[in-house]
Amino acid sequence: MGFKWPNEAISSETSRKAMRQAILEQIAAANSGHPGGSLSLVEIMSAIFDGHFKHDPKDQLAADRDRLVLSKGHGVPALYSALSFLGYFDPSELKHLRSLGHFLQGHPDRNHYELMEASTGSLGQGGSVALGEALGLRLSFQNKKLGRLPRVYAVMGDGEMQEGQVWEMLMAAPKFELGNLVCILDYNKGQIDGPVKEIMDLEPIADKIKAFNWSVQTVDGHNVDELKAALAKCEISEKGKPHFIIANTVKGKGISFMEHPTAWHGAAPSAEQLADALKELNGGSEPFGRILS
Amino acid sequence: MSLYETLVDTNTKAVASRQSFGLAVAELGDSHPEMVVLDADLSKSTQTQHFAKKFPERFFNMGIAEANMIGAAAGLARAGHVPFAASFACFLTGRYDQIRMSVAASKANVKLVGTHAGVGIGEDGHSQMGLEDLTLMRSLPNMTVFQPSDDWDTREFIKWSIKHDGPVYMRLTRQGLPLLKRPAGTEFKPGVWGVLNPEVLGSADVVLMASGGVMEPSVKAAEILSEKSLKVCVVNANWIRPIDEAFLRKACESSAKLLVTVEDHYDVGGLGGAVAEFISTLPNTKRLLRIGVTEFGQSGSPADNMEHYGFTGEKISARIASSLG
Repeated sequence: MGFKWPNEAISSETSRKAMRQAILEQIAAANSGHPGGSLSLVEIMSAIFDGHFKHDPKDQLAADRDRLVLSKGHGVPALYSALSFLGYFDPSELKHLRSLGHFLQGHPDRNHYELMEASTGSLGQGGSVALGEALGLRLSFQNKKLGRLPRVYAVMGDGEMQEGQVWEMLMAAPKFELGNLVCILDYNKGQIDGPVKEIMDLEPIADKIKAFNWSVQTVDGHNVDELKAALAKCEISEKGKPHFIIANTVKGKGISFMEHPTAWHGAAPSAEQLADALKELNGGSEPFGRILS
Repeated sequence: MSLYETLVDTNTKAVASRQSFGLAVAELGDSHPEMVVLDADLSKSTQTQHFAKKFPERFFNMGIAEANMIGAAAGLARAGHVPFAASFACFLTGRYDQIRMSVAASKANVKLVGTHAGVGIGEDGHSQMGLEDLTLMRSLPNMTVFQPSDDWDTREFIKWSIKHDGPVYMRLTRQGLPLLKRPAGTEFKPGVWGVLNPEVLGSADVVLMASGGVMEPSVKAAEILSEKSLKVCVVNANWIRPIDEAFLRKACESSAKLLVTVEDHYDVGGLGGAVAEFISTLPNTKRLLRIGVTEFGQSGSPADNMEHYGFTGEKISARIASSLG
């Protein structure tokens, strides 16, 4: 049997379990990928797409849609899962992650998938693209080319905060008073070579970003209610402070043996590990079926 | 009339291609509301200041932060605008990864404009000279790369690039460029070089290809060689990607003993590299002399620099004569 998304809100506990399963099965199918930094994104994706994001799978490139730039491109299995959940493509496509010629490339690739706002994977760049989109969409709104002011979300990783370009972006967004820009930091504390605080500590990160003149909130990045409340609190305006949400997360969240800052950054689960992980998620049953069957 | 006077308009004032660019975008901004311009604190040098004054709401000074400027330009393009992002060629293309990922690999409709190309900038010296920008930009699969040789070229390319949906890189000079005389009826066509004296091609001894700041001394070199009874076909090789393959096929079928490229750019991977790569695939390929910069640039007056790096009519013609043997 195939895989079927639950008929519930994307942020429900059941839906998030299904997304975690889809992430694990995608990466297992590809036999490569980044489970740790994809699993840490599940609640962030769920919260963004649950009511805060104007989009339409039947009119995917509508000019007035909200935008999401996944700057931490290696977490893309989480984005692909969310898009499939929302009806952008059939979940059976997910087993082709990282296959030659397929639109589900290993990192978001606009040359293969038009819906991706930018090709990312070289870290530190997505925030700048999001800033430019926020600027451009505001200009179109002011020139009456758009009937609404779209929001632009940039989802960033903690490791990529070490890139200098991120701080150029953090300086520029308040200058242009981009009240329609929302950056969300997936602060899962791990990067390839070790814990972030050992490789290149970001702290005090909230103070630093506040000092750059952003409106900053810090939340539990695995609590969808907190995330949704924080997103709702971001006052979207033509001119105002840009918004930054620090989401404290756990790398590999949801699968006990993957919850580690570095061990599961870039390793695919074996068949046995996948079976163990799905058993832990779904208690031994297969409520959504299987992508790999 | 000398060959030089036949090919170069000596009655009009030389205009730097950065100046042509700055004035053209400011003029075209009226009829193209989709145009926006970004700069990184060099608007007085790149000449985006004219657009900035006329359309302040569509001009974004991103500060001395070129990486973020390039990403922001990609975002503006994704939002439906046509951004021109300008800085010195070296600073702009020095942010290669941002151009590689956020522009080229993202199919972003961004027009990158690098000014102050080559040793011709003079006194500021090596750190401010774009000398490897063509090599970097022409390696990207969907990038269009263009080096105008005068005001007409610059303006025509800008008009074309606004309509073209895709990333482009345009390489401009600090120094003035005289207007070229073009055969009557010349039209600006993508990927097609301008042969300044096409009547010579069939019986040419040398086919001399150049663009940008070294176009003028190359015409002088052709004149010096013509005084030695050598027939030189002079070509405005302004399209660097795509290069004019149809012309190069014709050049290789011609009577020419030698093809020559001249560029104020490292001699690796620019115009000469592009020509070498293509003609090496032809069964009747010809010998190619690539004249370019072979060492780091340095401070010096523009005239001293052009002399030192071999970009005078005398030096170019001497290299060609010696290569012909």
